[in-house]
Amino acid sequence: MIFTVAAKELKSLFASPLAWVVLAFFQLILAWIFLSRLDAFLAIQSQLVALANPPGATEIVVAPVFAIGSIVLVMAVPLLAMRLVAEERRNQTMTFLLSAPISMADVVVGKFLGLLVFLLIPVLLIGVMGAALAVGGRLDWGLVLSNLIGLALLAAALAAIGLYTSCLTAHPVVAAVAALAISLALWMVNLATSDPGSAVSLVSLLKHFEPFTKGVVDTASLAYFALLIGLFLLLAIRRLDADRLRG
Amino acid sequence: MSEPAPPLTLDARALSRSFAGRSAVRDVELKVSRGEVLGFLGPNGAGKTTTMQMLTGNLSPGSGSISICGVDLLERPVEAKRHVGYLPETPPLYKELRVDEYLALAARLHRVAKKSVPGAVTAAKERCGLGTVGRQLIGTLSKGYQQRVGIAQAIVHEPDLIILDEPTVGLDPNQIREIRALIRELGKGRSVILSTHILPEVESVCDRVHIMHEGTLVYSGTIDGLRALRGGRALQVGLREPPPLAELAAVPGVGNAEAAGAYLFRVEPNDGADPGEEIVRRSVEKGWRLFQIGPAQASLEEIFAHLTQREEDNAEASK
Repeated sequence: MIFTVAAKELKSLFASPLAWVVLAFFQLILAWIFLSRLDAFLAIQSQLVALANPPGATEIVVAPVFAIGSIVLVMAVPLLAMRLVAEERRNQTMTFLLSAPISMADVVVGKFLGLLVFLLIPVLLIGVMGAALAVGGRLDWGLVLSNLIGLALLAAALAAIGLYTSCLTAHPVVAAVAALAISLALWMVNLATSDPGSAVSLVSLLKHFEPFTKGVVDTASLAYFALLIGLFLLLAIRRLDADRLRG
Repeated sequence: MSEPAPPLTLDARALSRSFAGRSAVRDVELKVSRGEVLGFLGPNGAGKTTTMQMLTGNLSPGSGSISICGVDLLERPVEAKRHVGYLPETPPLYKELRVDEYLALAARLHRVAKKSVPGAVTAAKERCGLGTVGRQLIGTLSKGYQQRVGIAQAIVHEPDLIILDEPTVGLDPNQIREIRALIRELGKGRSVILSTHILPEVESVCDRVHIMHEGTLVYSGTIDGLRALRGGRALQVGLREPPPLAELAAVPGVGNAEAAGAYLFRVEPNDGADPGEEIVRRSVEKGWRLFQIGPAQASLEEIFAHLTQREEDNAEASK
């Protein structure tokens, strides 16, 4: 049942022009960054040879593209997630799902997976752009892979946040603004402190995303993302159940 | 299936619900058996939609119990909902999907086995007259067709209990006739609950009727009972130069006559008698100047007034 809901959500996303526009701009921005990094790399390549242990194309070109990709995701996911529930509320189609013999968890997780599959498309496209460099040189595949995992987890976390805020209101734009606020706050909450061990750093998205960009797949970070996603999905389920009680 | 007592498809007891302290539905009892079409009648804001939302699991009842085909909706919602098809007031249509896609989705969500889905979709489309629009986007369909898609999604999984909230609103007379015929047909093997504020609709399709007013059931009974409430076989007679009431009451076959307006009279015939012809004859003979004669049927508003008045009287009496 979860996959039926997810497939429907994916179909609806592709039916909306907003999703295509966001995808297109996402790709445009990243391709631009990719090209400019590649230019820079080609310019300094001759000097790099002189170094004892020079950084390769992966560090100089691919990793920064993923880093920019993460920032673009923080901006784009709230826009893609905003209509998940809010629009169903506004069009009064939520009854369709609520009357069906499926649980609220099926609905929420299905919608989450639908959006996640959609978000994996641009994430994988970044990977493909990076992998294209393998044609003309050697790549650090481990670093590419850890970046991919990091970006996919970030996309999932942002999708969960967006899904939750979408459950709070019948106005997609309000949902988008709320999701952006929460995402940005979590993203850079660690700026408030210089102490890396403080509690504020513990909840920071950026702090837990960083290891992946350096090629480290940290179990603590994996746990952090799993908890964050679980928390917001649970909140979304509770919120929709409360609707039924409050009416 | 045993003939004498068809099994109950819905058994709701003591349903109550309030919104922010304001009571919307109070102590509603509903029992529907297989093969029955139940009309749910009431003015806007009577609590019909709230009751239907509770029956379909869209809203939790404040108190009371709901059992669908013997399964408790509150304790085992997923299992109970399999037996229900629901068309809310606004059809819950995904305008970006095609009719076929949407109905297939409805079938899948209602646990129709994957390989039976195409068959179920075709059957539902046929029943609702959607044969030719399967490939169209729902958003491009006319209101009448959208309403039909709404009904189709409620019946695609062959539920035992079909709940339709104002299914004929916004349709033209032809479409209304078609939908009513469809509802009658659906009622044959299963149960249908139909809410409406149109009295003739209830009379034309329902076996039983519940009338709701301000959150409570004020009348539950058969269609014949409702007809009796509407005035039964009474006649409304309009006379420009009326005789004294006694003279009208003296017409053979007339049991009782009373004034219903300046020139209007309500005439109750004796059992088995039909005084209409005699009234016309005497009117011509004695110059009463008859200008109107017909069945005296109360409008819905009058029935509501009558029923609620009775409620208040009962309340007074019990004080």
